[in-house]
Amino acid sequence: MLAITVDELLRPYEFEFFRNGLVVATIAGALCGLIGCYVVLRSMSYIGHGLSHSIFGGFAAASLIGVNVFVGAGVWGLATALLIGSITRRRPVGSDAAIGVVTTASFALGLAMVQLWGGADTDADAALFGSILGVSRGDVYLIAAVTVVTVVTIVVAYRRLLFVTFDPEVAEVSGVRVSLTDGVLMALLATAILVTMNVLGVTLIAAALVVPAVVARLLTSSFSTMLIVATVVGAVTGVVGMNLSYHLDVASGPTIVLTGAVMFVASFIVSGVRGRAGLKGLAHAH
Amino acid sequence: MTIADALATTDSLVGRETLVRLRGITCAYDAEPVIEDVDLVVGTGDFIGVVGPSGSGKSTLLRAISGAIDPVRGTVERTGVRFGFVPQLETVNWDFPVTVAECVLMARTRPVRRFWASRAERAAEREQLHGVLDRLGIGKFADRHIRALSGGQQQRMFLARALMTDADVLLLDEPTSGLDVKTRHEVLHLLDDLRGQGMAVVITTHDLNGIAAHLPSVVCLNRVVVGAGTPAEVLTPENLEATYGSPMEVLQHAGMPVVVDASPDLRAVMGS
Repeated sequence: MLAITVDELLRPYEFEFFRNGLVVATIAGALCGLIGCYVVLRSMSYIGHGLSHSIFGGFAAASLIGVNVFVGAGVWGLATALLIGSITRRRPVGSDAAIGVVTTASFALGLAMVQLWGGADTDADAALFGSILGVSRGDVYLIAAVTVVTVVTIVVAYRRLLFVTFDPEVAEVSGVRVSLTDGVLMALLATAILVTMNVLGVTLIAAALVVPAVVARLLTSSFSTMLIVATVVGAVTGVVGMNLSYHLDVASGPTIVLTGAVMFVASFIVSGVRGRAGLKGLAHAH
Repeated sequence: MTIADALATTDSLVGRETLVRLRGITCAYDAEPVIEDVDLVVGTGDFIGVVGPSGSGKSTLLRAISGAIDPVRGTVERTGVRFGFVPQLETVNWDFPVTVAECVLMARTRPVRRFWASRAERAAEREQLHGVLDRLGIGKFADRHIRALSGGQQQRMFLARALMTDADVLLLDEPTSGLDVKTRHEVLHLLDDLRGQGMAVVITTHDLNGIAAHLPSVVCLNRVVVGAGTPAEVLTPENLEATYGSPMEVLQHAGMPVVVDASPDLRAVMGS
């Protein structure tokens, strides 16, 4: 029978690992939803996808040489993010291909290192597909701190980030330091991927970045409202996805992303033609 | 007389303060020169129209003035000048989720301390926003999505955004493109009002007769500057043929030059 009692629904909350995982997944969903608005509006979905894979290389290297994985993967990810930002800004011929080479090579390097030298303590599966088992109280504080920094940065630099996202060339002429703003955004993106990697998994982070933002775009034509809606949608997918993860006994990453996908379908249906027309703007290249 | 001198001696520019000075600049993309050896002075109260065929370097000239690109040769002086830029409407992502008010305010990036701005500061900014929108006749559209505006209103919205930067120089890339005759005249009158308040305005356009009717200064550009000065001085059949590579006649109507396409192909089509 599909009937499920309230006691059964609340049972996972008895476990600290689940409560920690739930908090992290909720904050991770909200953080990815917030950053994801900039990612999709700048047509950077591919970069988000590539960057998450790239960071796995740093994660593997840091695990193997005994460095704190957040520090190792963070430095690796930041370097890759800035490299990608530089390639994208200069727009040489085949920048997509160059980004593809940088990120997939980094991912492949990580996989090779894990296979060659990885020990039992290298939790590559968690990084690849997401897991709540390894979430500690420290992880909760870390992701909360990153989220606070991200929100403060976005609020303080709100107009600069919006201007650069909407019209970088005019922003530059109007006195905005576009390369600096781009760098800040790429650093926020890399950091968000880094701290959400263990819950969502590198293979699925891109979806967590994209889906809430697309759902929000379907529901609003205002940028500030889109940021708020995407953040809420991301948080809700985190909560629902984590509960489903426990009850269905499936990794947290897939259930969170699938929850987002269901919300996308529902939004697509209720938003009507006008809402769907807004999705065309997500493919507009600057 | 140099081109800079020609522009500097037009009647409307007496008593002006130089804001931007280009000295023999050449700009290139991939080593291919787009504009060459261009001299230009932009001063307070100037209203300069840059005309030329597609690909003649008009937009590149605006970008060079603003500093968006650096010349490969020559120098640009523009210390402390603030620019407002109005892009071509065709280049805008009209599906971007942004309302008119959000679009106009995005240019107000100074001061950065918006986060902890006082209530009075926020109210003052809001008042300034509505003042600018009302002045441009689009006040009631503040909360609409940018796509909900007509072409003329969209042009005014970007003009409002440029004005919110407290710019010294307004640069407009084809602001009359795609507008009907009435709206085109309204936009040009509006720009003339702004330059009357001391702002410098530089536009690119294909609307030769609009320039002749509304602007005190014109630059004919086709990679190099073919002519610069008042419309009466510059819009001559010789300059226009050198600029566009096609013969044109210039008639006089109410003391203003009126440009007429005189190409043999057009005459053949019209049966004359």
